[in-house]
Amino acid sequence: MALNRDFIGRSFPPSEPYEVSRVKIREFATAIGDSNPIYTDRAAAENAGHADVIAPPTFPIAISLGVAALADPDLGLNYMMVVHGEQRFTYTRPIHAGDVLTTQSTITGIRSAGNNEVMTIVTEIKTLDGELVCTTFNSIVERGA
Amino acid sequence: MTATVKYDEVEVGTEIPARTFPVSRLNLVMYAGASGDFNPIHWNETFAKSAFLPDVIAHGMFTMAQAGRFVTDWAGDPGAVLDYGVRFSGMVVVPNDGGATLEISGTVEEKLDGNKVVVNVVAKANDQKVLTRAKATVQLA
Repeated sequence: MALNRDFIGRSFPPSEPYEVSRVKIREFATAIGDSNPIYTDRAAAENAGHADVIAPPTFPIAISLGVAALADPDLGLNYMMVVHGEQRFTYTRPIHAGDVLTTQSTITGIRSAGNNEVMTIVTEIKTLDGELVCTTFNSIVERGA
Repeated sequence: MTATVKYDEVEVGTEIPARTFPVSRLNLVMYAGASGDFNPIHWNETFAKSAFLPDVIAHGMFTMAQAGRFVTDWAGDPGAVLDYGVRFSGMVVVPNDGGATLEISGTVEEKLDGNKVVVNVVAKANDQKVLTRAKATVQLA
């Protein structure tokens, strides 16, 4: 089903602040099977020059997934047929435990590709002070049945 | 944030030794919980087939995480990764019995100013590429 092109360029309000905890980082690292102590051992992280345990490079997805826009019925997205197309993260610095972050997303494009619909979303992840920590570039594909 | 690999010790074409990473249904359930992506195509076989998929498939982000771990284990410090992007070009089908295996390899593709390199990563499952344009920019020592 064609997605509503009116959503192109639409920006969404910043998310509620998300406090990154050591426990959540540990859970995420365990789920991806990564035993690097920099994710779980504060001393190891400090020895590497970090303020606290840091998060794996793909961790920002856990913060930025909840794009309210995708649930808007006016968009016309059939979630059942969605797969991930592309994902990119540009980091200013690693996320570490104790960060309090907000995400703000903008739908930057919607286009057809064969029977599929492709939507691109850019999300900025910032501290409450406005420091940009990471920018994510996400494309999702709604497969045509 | 200091990588253990030294910029002067790598050349364009330097290969990172290939590794394999198993993927089981349990991994996907854990990843669903940790990431918040509870799309049933990643854990419910009946649902996956009703969505015209051959079976449960891995989260693309799970595969991206394995390829990321491949890079960060090589570089030494995950904090040295400056940019990381992939295109999901194939599905990783994860049967209940036996799961799947990711085969991941990588090459230093480019040396940039400031002791940075671009690593190109190849990820395959069942001899099919599941990631393309998978590149990480890493700050080396």
